[in-house]
Amino acid sequence: MGMPKHKYIFVIPCSGIGKSLGTVGRKAAYKVVEELRPQHTRITCLALLTVGDEETLKQVREHPCISIDGCPTRCSQKNIETSNGRLMKSLMVTDMLRSHRDLKPEGIIELNPEGCELANLLAEEIAKTVDEIMDGES
Amino acid sequence: MALIMNKVGIVSCSGEIPEGTISRIATRLVLEELRPDQTVTICLPLFLAGGEGERTFAKLFPTITVDGCEKRCAEIGTRTYSGKPFATIVVTDILKKCSKLNLKSRDKLSTDEWKFAEKVAEEIASKVDEALGRGKNANQE
Repeated sequence: MGMPKHKYIFVIPCSGIGKSLGTVGRKAAYKVVEELRPQHTRITCLALLTVGDEETLKQVREHPCISIDGCPTRCSQKNIETSNGRLMKSLMVTDMLRSHRDLKPEGIIELNPEGCELANLLAEEIAKTVDEIMDGES
Repeated sequence: MALIMNKVGIVSCSGEIPEGTISRIATRLVLEELRPDQTVTICLPLFLAGGEGERTFAKLFPTITVDGCEKRCAEIGTRTYSGKPFATIVVTDILKKCSKLNLKSRDKLSTDEWKFAEKVAEEIASKVDEALGRGKNANQE
């Protein structure tokens, strides 16, 4: 197996602050970039894409991106697409919740234990996606 | 289009740095605890991802932007897509007045970071009161 073309992948959560689902997505993204796949992932502020920050636009166009969205408005996915970023996979918190209906997240400033568990499961899914993309890039 | 004068819109940067976390938590403290009946919010990336309805936010509400850093994404995004904010707050500006505090967390805040988030929330609440024409001590009514 050769060296990957890109050293890392951007994991970009939606930054939602209006619903618990946004907090789940953000928490899952932190777990991936800080604990599960720190060597292969980076995070960036989605708002930088919203305002067209040149440096961030360059980064998302050069590196593979995974969007993590809390709700069906899909802000992360749409901001990456509008920025012509290299969107490789879009994950939704609501899809994970559909498979684990007992893990209903509550709280925005602080998630309940069910929400934290949902974030952990989503983080595992993101990490698996990171591995698939890295394999595909090599 | 007329402003809705009994509510204030708060737009937080919600960036993925410790200062962004302070912005987000301070904003939520205002929305949930300090001024729950006077404030509403919108997720900043929705200005780009959403439609015309979302972009009228600052035309409908007097708006306060809360930014974590000097990039001022909330302020620029609001100005670009929606309208001129009533007031702008930058966490790093407030942080300069707290020279001993070194922000580190973007998930679980320390006790000192929590106190700082509460201080930022108080500043936002004060701006909410100004926007509603109630003065700085409206919470003591």
